Amino acid sequence: MKAVGIIFTNIHDINVPELVRIRTMGSIPFAGRYRLIDFPLSNLVNSGIDTVGIITKNNYQSLMDHVGSGKDWDLARKDGGIIFLPPFSDLGNDSIYNSRLEALKGAINFIERADEDYVVMTDCDTIARLNFNEIIEYHIRNRADITLVYKEKMTDVISEEAVTSLQINDNRVVGLEYKIPEHNKKINVFTNVFILKKSLLQSIVLDAIARNKHRFTTDVIVNNLKSMNIIGYKHEGYYAGITSLQAYYQSNMDILNPEISHELFGDRSVFTKIRDSAPTKYGNNAVVKNSMIADGCIIEGHIENSIIFRNVKVARGAVIKNSIVMQDTVIGENAMLNCIITDKNVVIRDKKILSGSENHPFYISKGIMI
Amino acid sequence: MIRKKKCVAMLLAGGQGSRLYALTNNIAKPAVSFGGKYRIIDFPLSNCVNSGIDTVGVLTQYQPLLLNDYIGNGQPWDLDRAFGGIHILSPYQGKHSSDWYKGTANAIYQNMHFMKQFNPDYILILSGDHIYKMNYSTMLNYHILNGADCTIAAIDVPKEEASRFGILNTNPDNSIYEFEEKPKQPKSTLASMGIYIFTAQKLFKYLEEDNSDPNSSNDFGKDILPKMLKNGEKMMAYEFKGYWKDVGTIDSLYEANMDLLGDSPKFDVTDNSWKIQSRSPLAPPHYIKDGAKVTNSIIMSGCEIYGDVENSILASSVIVKEGASVKNSIIMSDVTIEEGAKIEYSIIDENTVICANAKVGEPKESNKGIAVVGRNLIVVSDAVVEGGAMIDKDVSNGGNK
Repeated sequence: MKAVGIIFTNIHDINVPELVRIRTMGSIPFAGRYRLIDFPLSNLVNSGIDTVGIITKNNYQSLMDHVGSGKDWDLARKDGGIIFLPPFSDLGNDSIYNSRLEALKGAINFIERADEDYVVMTDCDTIARLNFNEIIEYHIRNRADITLVYKEKMTDVISEEAVTSLQINDNRVVGLEYKIPEHNKKINVFTNVFILKKSLLQSIVLDAIARNKHRFTTDVIVNNLKSMNIIGYKHEGYYAGITSLQAYYQSNMDILNPEISHELFGDRSVFTKIRDSAPTKYGNNAVVKNSMIADGCIIEGHIENSIIFRNVKVARGAVIKNSIVMQDTVIGENAMLNCIITDKNVVIRDKKILSGSENHPFYISKGIMI
Repeated sequence: MIRKKKCVAMLLAGGQGSRLYALTNNIAKPAVSFGGKYRIIDFPLSNCVNSGIDTVGVLTQYQPLLLNDYIGNGQPWDLDRAFGGIHILSPYQGKHSSDWYKGTANAIYQNMHFMKQFNPDYILILSGDHIYKMNYSTMLNYHILNGADCTIAAIDVPKEEASRFGILNTNPDNSIYEFEEKPKQPKSTLASMGIYIFTAQKLFKYLEEDNSDPNSSNDFGKDILPKMLKNGEKMMAYEFKGYWKDVGTIDSLYEANMDLLGDSPKFDVTDNSWKIQSRSPLAPPHYIKDGAKVTNSIIMSGCEIYGDVENSILASSVIVKEGASVKNSIIMSDVTIEEGAKIEYSIIDENTVICANAKVGEPKESNKGIAVVGRNLIVVSDAVVEGGAMIDKDVSNGGNK
């Protein structure tokens, strides 16, 4: 029951254009010290999968810097481990891929070479703890050709965001659609996790090359709903999909709920690149409420309902509420932030007052001084 | 060209640290936690790496398990090298004899072959119980510039404390003419920091001689250094200006930790130009709940704070539950402080549980001293641990201890 993992790091970049301007989806900072790829990568490692192909497309410098040799995930192996799969083009395929299936065409050598029986494909927009061992067992037990992982949830009352959802009958997938869902309705959100036999994936990709197919979901899944046994696996735990900047903001805020942070991090098995920072220091006037604060910070001001990444300095009198403050940001004296996302290395000078709104956080890009 | 290392560091980490009592019952002193994130050994190791010394022998003897585990392959300090790097040197059995390390000099003598394989010009001897940031390469340049055979790092101490240290009496050019071990009437206030640089060949010669002297106690301070001085070798004092603390006692360990706090702390570990490297825990950022209060404290990742924390240092994954309070204390990693428990002027070692409404320690003003609770213990609900108590067994049934 050995499996190989494939992680797509760019595929949902379009969801959060602000955050991926200088990086991949996989290297977006999350929850104070992590990057989004830490979740799929840790899920694979914790499921005993130790050969992982990482498919990249563009802007993957920060991703390679983060993952490195893979040693922080125990994936610096002689046999297997991390294999980076940057865009690959050969005769007749001279442009960079635009879809999952095209990306897989470029990774065909990696797939062919794998001697594992199963393949787990997962993206970087998924915050969840998934035990792939269990899902593969479920896949085998149900004699499935392809297993898709989904999360049942209620759609909210205002959102106009399109989502990919599955229609499930028994446990069989009978429909898959991408559209703006009706409000306040129970739907099965697809988590973009696929399980299938390696030999099947290989023939799907070779067929796609031969017949010039492009889309995995439409050309492969939807077209084969009748001819293949495609089943759904229902994930019961926490799930957040990074489908927009608002969703990114909300899923960070979810981590402030101790129940959710215990589910995700309680067993200390979400791995990430180890960076050395000194412990965080609080001054005499610091006030902190319902916040998560990473190492290396110096906090003299007031912080409420916020996520503070590493090495952030918050000066005396500064007030930060409902915000996400990324690494190396400096917040000056008496500055006030509400519903703000600052990217890395931002400087907010003394007495500046900035505010977004809870359903529309205001984003400040990397290195900006305000 | 022969591959060689200009300077090899030998770190004496075998000390039992008996004056730290409960904190060193089953770990070696250099493995004791410091400042929320570090262990004492991180300081000399980081100093070595930052000074460009990449070959370090760590001599262990007393309770080495945790220390060995912590050092591992040396990767956190970038000391996992193909040539050089970190090596743990424990006592071993030879063909003709097997010996525990008898004294500091004997420990180095037994590992002469280790040093010699790097063809070093200089040997740096360090001890594993001091907190300081020091550039050893500046000291080495000073040693070379003066054509010394041995250079001893020294620090100016207050006159009233001088009699607790080994004192160096020097000529105006900083050459040493006399050692005095804990003198009653110190002639100078220049105290030895236990950091020596030797010209390698001289050291090897004196170690050989020392080993064949049956009357020697095989100690650097008592035997090797006085003998070199007597023989007229050139010995220099290198004056170090900066923060340096011997953390061999509960009080000094506590003080050194507290020196990290405040707006302009006496000792700064956040300085990026001289990073203190350590093996970092894998934990999410710490979480502070509504209604919790944290002032003038250091908090590591993985902590969850629901109660009050004041003037304290919390290492990784400490949980302070609702209504609990921690004041003027040092809490090491994975400690849980349950609802309503009060901790004051105490050191709580790793993985201990202080159950609900227990009281540990008394304010400094009581003059009873620092309460210390050892590792992996349970202090049951409503128990009272008095100020100055030294606990190395579970505390049960509300009994005073």
